[in-house]
Amino acid sequence: MSNTVTAGDRPGRTSRSGRGGVPSASGIALRQARRRKKLEWIAVHSVGLAIAVAFLLPFVFLFLTSVMSDSQALTSTLWPQHWVWSNYTAVFRVHGFGTWWRNTIEYAVLGTVLTVVSSVPVAYALAKFRFPGRRLAMMLVISMMMLPPQVIIIPMYLFWAKQLHLDGTLWPLIIPMAFGDAFSIFLLRQFLLTIPKEYLDAARVDGCGEVRTLLRVVLPMARPAISAVALFQFFYCWNDYFGPQIYSSDNPAAWTLSYGLQSFHGAHQTNWNLTMAATLLVMAPVIVVFFFAQKAFIEGVTLTGVKG
Amino acid sequence: MATVTFDQATRIYPGGDRPAVDKLNIDIADGEFLVLVGPSGCGKSTSLRMLAGLEDVNDGAIRIGDRDVTHLPPKDRDIAMVFQNYALYPHMTVADNMGFALKIAGVNKAEIRQRVEEAAKILDLTEYLSRKPKALSGGQRQRVAMGRAIVREPQVFLMDEPLSNLDAKLRVQTRTQIASLQRRLGTTTVYVTHDQVEAMTMGDRVAVLKDGLLQQVDSPRNMYDRPANLFVAGFIGSPAMNLVEVPITDGGVTFGNSVVPVNREALKAASDSGDKTVTVGVRPEHFEIADGEAKSVSKDAPAGVAVTVNVVEELGADGYVYGSAEVAGSQVDIVVRVGGRSVPLKGDVLHVVPRGGETHVFSTSTGERLSD
Repeated sequence: MSNTVTAGDRPGRTSRSGRGGVPSASGIALRQARRRKKLEWIAVHSVGLAIAVAFLLPFVFLFLTSVMSDSQALTSTLWPQHWVWSNYTAVFRVHGFGTWWRNTIEYAVLGTVLTVVSSVPVAYALAKFRFPGRRLAMMLVISMMMLPPQVIIIPMYLFWAKQLHLDGTLWPLIIPMAFGDAFSIFLLRQFLLTIPKEYLDAARVDGCGEVRTLLRVVLPMARPAISAVALFQFFYCWNDYFGPQIYSSDNPAAWTLSYGLQSFHGAHQTNWNLTMAATLLVMAPVIVVFFFAQKAFIEGVTLTGVKG
Repeated sequence: MATVTFDQATRIYPGGDRPAVDKLNIDIADGEFLVLVGPSGCGKSTSLRMLAGLEDVNDGAIRIGDRDVTHLPPKDRDIAMVFQNYALYPHMTVADNMGFALKIAGVNKAEIRQRVEEAAKILDLTEYLSRKPKALSGGQRQRVAMGRAIVREPQVFLMDEPLSNLDAKLRVQTRTQIASLQRRLGTTTVYVTHDQVEAMTMGDRVAVLKDGLLQQVDSPRNMYDRPANLFVAGFIGSPAMNLVEVPITDGGVTFGNSVVPVNREALKAASDSGDKTVTVGVRPEHFEIADGEAKSVSKDAPAGVAVTVNVVEELGADGYVYGSAEVAGSQVDIVVRVGGRSVPLKGDVLHVVPRGGETHVFSTSTGERLSD
């Protein structure tokens, strides 16, 4: 940073000496503007740093607690007296933890794949075809987005549990994802609207039917939006607590990690160090995925308004 | 190779009351380069898209060769199209873009490669075959779009304003390249543009459309020399033809202090339909500066029309004088071409006479051509 400032100062200095040492009006204005920019930079970054620290502190606390001994976890000493890394292996000895991992991955992967596969064609039709009832269909999608899931949970539960007897499994959460997701449809449609019609025309002239146009031309062009939708859905499934609680709370073999975590929190005694270690393990995949995919994630959300 | 026929082809957009293309009749010969030209909204692109199968035909028929393609999907029409924004698939390399249609058609890989390489050689694209469109300049992208069309060896090329995204210099260059490529391949081509210079320089024949109606189809020369109506007269030629409304007199029409001879029958037809005036058209290059010897109808004034110079555009070889004049009691704008070495000054008065045989006379009420 300091290098840039020095290099930037140079033209100002030359112009001053060029006029016999008297700073010119434009030179002063330039310096003021530069100083203001520098102050702004400092202000923006201090605020950013403060916010980052505020968000990071709980994680630091989480991590430090996760490597404490059981007896230290509830004391006021924040720094671990002994670094108990074995907490992380101890977590896996908790009954069911491995199964919850498998369940969570199954739920997140299946849910994501089904959502993408079912939402893309709907979004494509809503974005590119003209058919009677198109506006009504779009209105339905938007109203589904506005409907809180809690509102329909009782009839949904009755349907899945009493009619299909699928309670105690994760299927009542996975199967509906094969029928499209309102938010995903909306996001994909907004993106597909920005693809110029000429590409579809070109594909048709080149000999593609509707399905081939979608698969060979539209899908590759919509990759940022599809990645964003997939990430959103993956995170949603991974973090879902409400769904597993409703449908599979009776059957620990069908728990997911986020629901299983609550079992660490016992009625009489809580092993905080183990709880924290488990929490970190549950968060790790999300953090890793987000770290690698954040570009696609942000692109997908912002691209809907930006033309390529 | 094939002929193309528009037979009363009509397109009405859903919800529209007026046809976007109204009973279009054009016969395009095998190997011909036909240019559809007109102002925006005239239906030229719609006509092309109807031929491509991208737009429904509500009435009439379209034939390619002997085949009625009116209701066939684009892929069954054996056509290739070049789009205004090129529509190159961004995720494919140049070679994949050019070979895409062949791949869809199930042509084997070796043949696709051979045809793509041949086309690339013709278009000077060989070294760019493995690039993505993003890494190409505007002119290169345009050539890839052309390449995508020619590798298919279709019966008809359709081009929808393929040059309008290029800068002026490249546009002129590419114009010639496309025209000569078409002559070389001999493929029937329908080309849409709003630029009448493109239309005149590229087409074997030009079709002028306005408000969905075909105004005239003719060779560029005939279109220029004998525009069929006022619209074509004003549209073809740059700067536009001077069109001035003048009263009918005995044996002709008065144009300032000169008489423009007009076919007697045509004049009679005009006055029979109740017209007191006709519209005379003179191209800027068909005015002569009166030198006193020209025949004047009035003894006191010099022949022709007195034009007061407002603006002079010097182009080097020649210049265009934009002036105003009083003709038949009203003020009109007149454009006159003058030699590059004898350019008048602003405020000068020029006496100009239309050159004999180079005037066009149109009915004021119907706009139809009256002179031969």
